[in-house]
Amino acid sequence: MNATNLHLFVLVVPLLSALAINLLGRRSRQWIAPMVLGSLAFSVFGSIIIMARVIEHGTLSYTVGNWQPPYGIELVVDPLSALMMVLISVVALLASFSSLKSVEQELPGREHLFFTLYMILIAGLFGLVLTGDAFNLYVLLEITSITTYGLIAMGRGRAALSSFNYIIMGSIGACFYLLGIGYIYILTGTLNMADIARILPTLNAPVATATAIAFALVGLWVKMAFFPLHSWLPNAYSQAPTGAGTMVAPLMTKVTVYLMVRVILSMYTPALVFTHEWIAQGVVWASALAIICGSVLALGQKDLRRMLTYIIVAEVGYMVGGIFLANANGLTGSILHIVNDALMTLCLFLVVAAIIYRQGSVSLVSLQGVFRRMPITMAAFTLGAFAMIGVPPTCGFFSKWYLILGGIDGGHWEFVIALVASSLINAVLFFRIIELAYFGSLQDGDHHEHLSTQRHEAPWWMLSPLVLTAVLLIVVGLSTGPLINNVIRLMIPVGF
Amino acid sequence: MRDIHEHTAGEDLIIKTSVRLMVPFIQVFGLYVIVHGHYSPGGGFQGGVILGASFILLALAFGMKTSQEYMTVGVNAVLNNLGPAIFIGVGVLCTLFGGLFLDYSALDKLIPLGPVEWRSFGIFLIEIGVGVAVMSIMVLLYWNLSSGGSMDEGL
Repeated sequence: MNATNLHLFVLVVPLLSALAINLLGRRSRQWIAPMVLGSLAFSVFGSIIIMARVIEHGTLSYTVGNWQPPYGIELVVDPLSALMMVLISVVALLASFSSLKSVEQELPGREHLFFTLYMILIAGLFGLVLTGDAFNLYVLLEITSITTYGLIAMGRGRAALSSFNYIIMGSIGACFYLLGIGYIYILTGTLNMADIARILPTLNAPVATATAIAFALVGLWVKMAFFPLHSWLPNAYSQAPTGAGTMVAPLMTKVTVYLMVRVILSMYTPALVFTHEWIAQGVVWASALAIICGSVLALGQKDLRRMLTYIIVAEVGYMVGGIFLANANGLTGSILHIVNDALMTLCLFLVVAAIIYRQGSVSLVSLQGVFRRMPITMAAFTLGAFAMIGVPPTCGFFSKWYLILGGIDGGHWEFVIALVASSLINAVLFFRIIELAYFGSLQDGDHHEHLSTQRHEAPWWMLSPLVLTAVLLIVVGLSTGPLINNVIRLMIPVGF
Repeated sequence: MRDIHEHTAGEDLIIKTSVRLMVPFIQVFGLYVIVHGHYSPGGGFQGGVILGASFILLALAFGMKTSQEYMTVGVNAVLNNLGPAIFIGVGVLCTLFGGLFLDYSALDKLIPLGPVEWRSFGIFLIEIGVGVAVMSIMVLLYWNLSSGGSMDEGL
């Protein structure tokens, strides 16, 4: 056994533990926590070692079953996918601490089913960032989506209906992506991404190529909830079990954005995607609209978790817009924002999970005076809110800075205005909650529910990952420089 | 009331007798399809579906309880996980013997059959894993859907 297979073990260990959890977890729930945490901890260490190796030795290429690409399935670990592996494993590990606790409360007796899906989802996400094969990507995208449908449907109330909506939208998205790949296969006769990137520019079939690109990108936009196609997301993410939300919300949309970056950079090549300037401009306008609409819709919500889901819609607009600015700063900002947004969303959803665990609801009314009851949780919330708004030492500031620079470089003032406006709306959103939570009463005075002021902090299992995530927000923010120099700059294609 | 119950339970001599006659042949055919999957038309998925269908046929003709006598819920749960575990396990075994994931020729060090022969035999092991998984999941899906998730009463 040697280290060449390490990145595959990062994927395989959660997958095998999913089977073991399903089998042993139904006998005794004592088995679940050690297996979930153990396998994810292994993945974290594995990913970090791979990241170090990739930075030192350059891109790793691996063939499954030793069938040579372009015929066999190739796995490619370049700096960006290594970064995504570390991100996924760290977020999944931190989220699983909190999930274990909230699933114990919300789904007693069904924990083994929940964590089987949970671990398969994580394995699927690892597969998505590893693969260098366009069809393999489709299969893994469906694995992650189907497990997510299952996780969301385990929620209470109308969760099953929301999950069904997501199934319909998600399947349409997957079909679109598959059609795009079908066109590509007809055109090039290959499914290997590097091979497609080599053959496609030599073909001189502009209409067919454009159709293929359009189908695949629209498919991915449905999956990532890009603004006009976002309608499935708020219901699905806010009605999912709390434990599912803490992991799905930070990772699913962000990994899909990564897939779009991967498809544009490594498969369709930027030159072909950005041939028609008006298309790229149209997408930037659409993402400016996404940012504004997402933020405004968030303003109208009466529930913290629902509000956060609309903020996710706005954040997807940030990242898509940054990529379609088609310049180095915009792309840097987008990739950086994938990392930062995953951590910020994780932080805020961990807070939601902690508050729901203690008081069962995160409606704005029930948040009155929550600072007094859960001071550490709310301190972390404030930090996460600052990151979302983009206050300097936190990581949210740096990616927004690059995105704004990219917008100015590309002359897209509508994008810059949307970014600034969204930051201001975020400030209003979060300070409204912080005020409510700190000073403790709604101004209209209609709600005189009896809410205790006794200190009742979340359990250690939920608090420690939350505090760690909040610290990470600042650590990642301060290490933006090395992150860009060692990882992201290597991904910027020539000519940007 | 009794009529409906008898009808849903499939109390019919012709159905029961023909199912009793057909099930062994269906299962042998399912095994045949799995075993021949790696070098002729067939495969683990198709064979697994046929095997699963034989248990569903039993449930349709004799009731769910009867099918659960032949494959208990516990056995089904084990098979559910055993199938994927065989698939992944073979892959991991290949890496343990110095090859890449799912590179069956590396298993030559375990049992010296020759690397080319192992390429053929390795995919056969994978097909068995797929077959076991598909069979048990098919049956589990049917049990769950026909009993509304309770897995005790139903068609």
